[in-house]
Amino acid sequence: MNKHKSVSDWYQLVDDGTVQRLILTGNLTLAALDSNFRQLSGELSRHARNARILWDLSDIQRMDTAGIVLLWKVWGKKRPDTLILRPEHEKMLKRIESLPETAPRLKKRNPLWAIHAIGAPFLLFWANLSGMIMMVGQLALDSLFFLRHPALIPWREISANLYRTGTQALGITALVGFLIGVVLSYLSSEQLQMFGADIFIVNILGISIIRELGPLLAAILVAGRSGSSMTAQLGVMRVTQELDALTVMGIPHSQRLIFPKIIGLGLAMPLLVLWTSAIALIGGMVAAEIQLGLSYHYFVHTLPESVPIGNLWLGLGKGVVCGMAIALIACHFGLRIKPNTESLGEGTTTSVVTAITIVIIIDAIFAIVFSDVGIVR
Amino acid sequence: MNDAPYIIEIEDLQTRFGQHIVHQNLDLRVRQGEILTLVGGSGSGKTTLLRQMLGLETPAGGVVKIFGSSRYNCNPALNKSIRSRTGVLFQQGALFSALTVYDNVALPLRELRILDEQTIHDLVMVKLNMVAIEPEHANKMPANLSGGMIKRVSLARALALDPELLFLDEPTAGLDPELSESFVQLILDMRRELNLTIVMVTHDIDTLAALSDRIAVLADRKVVAAGTLEEIHHYPHPFIKNFFKTMHNKHQLIGNRE
Repeated sequence: MNKHKSVSDWYQLVDDGTVQRLILTGNLTLAALDSNFRQLSGELSRHARNARILWDLSDIQRMDTAGIVLLWKVWGKKRPDTLILRPEHEKMLKRIESLPETAPRLKKRNPLWAIHAIGAPFLLFWANLSGMIMMVGQLALDSLFFLRHPALIPWREISANLYRTGTQALGITALVGFLIGVVLSYLSSEQLQMFGADIFIVNILGISIIRELGPLLAAILVAGRSGSSMTAQLGVMRVTQELDALTVMGIPHSQRLIFPKIIGLGLAMPLLVLWTSAIALIGGMVAAEIQLGLSYHYFVHTLPESVPIGNLWLGLGKGVVCGMAIALIACHFGLRIKPNTESLGEGTTTSVVTAITIVIIIDAIFAIVFSDVGIVR
Repeated sequence: MNDAPYIIEIEDLQTRFGQHIVHQNLDLRVRQGEILTLVGGSGSGKTTLLRQMLGLETPAGGVVKIFGSSRYNCNPALNKSIRSRTGVLFQQGALFSALTVYDNVALPLRELRILDEQTIHDLVMVKLNMVAIEPEHANKMPANLSGGMIKRVSLARALALDPELLFLDEPTAGLDPELSESFVQLILDMRRELNLTIVMVTHDIDTLAALSDRIAVLADRKVVAAGTLEEIHHYPHPFIKNFFKTMHNKHQLIGNRE
C-alpha cells in the first residue's frame, strides 16, 4: 500500500535559524518501509553527518525493532547528542545500547585447509569401512545368538522385509528386465544376421542375461528402491527418537532392525534375480522371434544346451551377496544419520550411491574369481 | 480497548474430516491488541482452528478473515502481506534443523530481500536479546538446544518480522514451571513492547490465567462461550465446570501443602 510513497514522507527537516530539527513521522516499521528501507537509511545517514542536528522522534506513529535498528545504524551505533523520543522508544533504544558488540561472523579459512580437504574424505572412508566391518561382525554374532535361541528369530520382520523388498519390487524389475531383453536381442540379432549366425542369439542372450545382466539389473534397481527406503526409515527413526525408545526397552537395533533387513534382502535378491532373468529372457525370445523368426520352441530347447547351469548358480550367488551388501550399506548409513533434515537427505543419497558402486564392484570380483565357471570352451 | 477493530473474523466455519464433523457454525472474533486463548478438550479442534487461521488448512465452509480480507482465495501479494504480518510459535518449535539459531531467525528477514547483512545481524541480535538468548548460543544447531531454548528461539523467529498478530500453539507445554512462568512474562513483555495481538492455544491453567484477556471455549463443535476469565467461569457448561474444577483442585492442593 506504500508502493508509491516517496522516502521524504518519513521525515522533514525544519530549520528555524538556531537549530536544525529532523522530525521523523509516520510508521517506522518493516512492513511500512518495505522497499524504501535502504533509501531512507541512506538519506538519513547523510543528515546524520551533521552532528548538531536535533533528532525528533516524538511524532512517529509506530516504530518496530527494524525501525530502531535502522536509526541505530544511521547514528553510527551511538546515541546522537540531541534527541527527543517517547518513553516506549527510549526502552527500545536502551535494549539496543545494552547489546554486546558482535560482528556478523565471517567464514575464516583454516590455514591448514588443504590438509583438511585431503584428509577428511580418508577419515570418513575409514570410519565408514570400520563401521561396516563392525556391522558384519555384529551380524555374525547375532546369527550365532539366533542359532542358539531359535525361538527369538524375528520371523515377522524378516517376512515383512521379504515382502517389501521382494514382492513389491516384482513389477518394476519385470518391466525393466523385459525391455532390456528386447533391446539386447534386437541389437544382437541385427549383427548376427550379417554373419548368418542367427542361432547363436540363444547363447548370447542366455549367457549375458543369466550370468551378468539379470543379477546386475535387479541389484541396481533394489539398491535404488529398497536401499534408500531402509536408510530413510532408520534415519527418521533416529530423528523421532524411536531408536532411543527401542534401546531403552532393551531391544537391540542389530537384532530387531538390521538382522531382519539383511537376511530379508539376502533371501529376496536371488529370487528377484531369477525373476528378472526369466522375464528378460522372455523379452529376448519375443524380439528374436519377430526379428529372426526363431521359434519359441527352438529357443527354449536350445537354452539348456548352450548355457551351462553354472551360470545360473553364479547369478543367484551374486544375488545373495549383493542383496546382503545393499542392506548392510543401507543400515550403516541409516544409523549414521544425525537428527536433522539435511543429514537425512545426505545419508540417503550416500547410501544409494555407495550401494550401486559396491554392487558393480562385487560383480567385477565375481567375474574375475569365477572366470572359469559356466563357460564352454 | 473494546472499540478496537477486529483483526480476525471467523463466521459460520465448518470443518469435516471424512464423516467426522469437527466444527459447525463456529463464530469467533479477535480484537486488535487482545490476547485470546482457545481452550477445549482434546479433539475439540483447537489446533485445527489455529491451522485454518494460518491458512494451512482450508475449511469445508465458512469465512476466515484476517486483517479484513479472506484467508482463502486471496491473491499472492495479499497472501504474502498477511504472512509477513503474522508470526507463529509452533508447539514443537519447528526450527529448521539444518540451520543455526542465528540463521533460523535471519531466514524470514533475508527472504524480504530489502535488508543488508549488517542490518539483519543487528535485528537478529536484538530479537535474540529480547527472548533472553545469549549471543554465544547464536551459532548452535537446534538439535543442541534445550526445550526451553527451542521455544525461545522459535519465538524470536516468529517475532523476526515484527508481526502484529502472533499465534502461539501450546507455548508453555513441555517447560518446567519456572521456565514456563518466565516464558509467560516474556510474552507479556513482548506484547507491551510490540503492541501484539495474540491468539493462543493452551492447556496450562496458569498460562491461561496469566496471559488471557479473553477466553474462547471450544466444545460441541463450536465456540460455546467467549469472554473474560470471570465471565467464562460461571458459564453453565459441563466442560467449563470440569475445566475450572481442576483449577480449584490444583490451587487447593497448593493451599493444603502450605
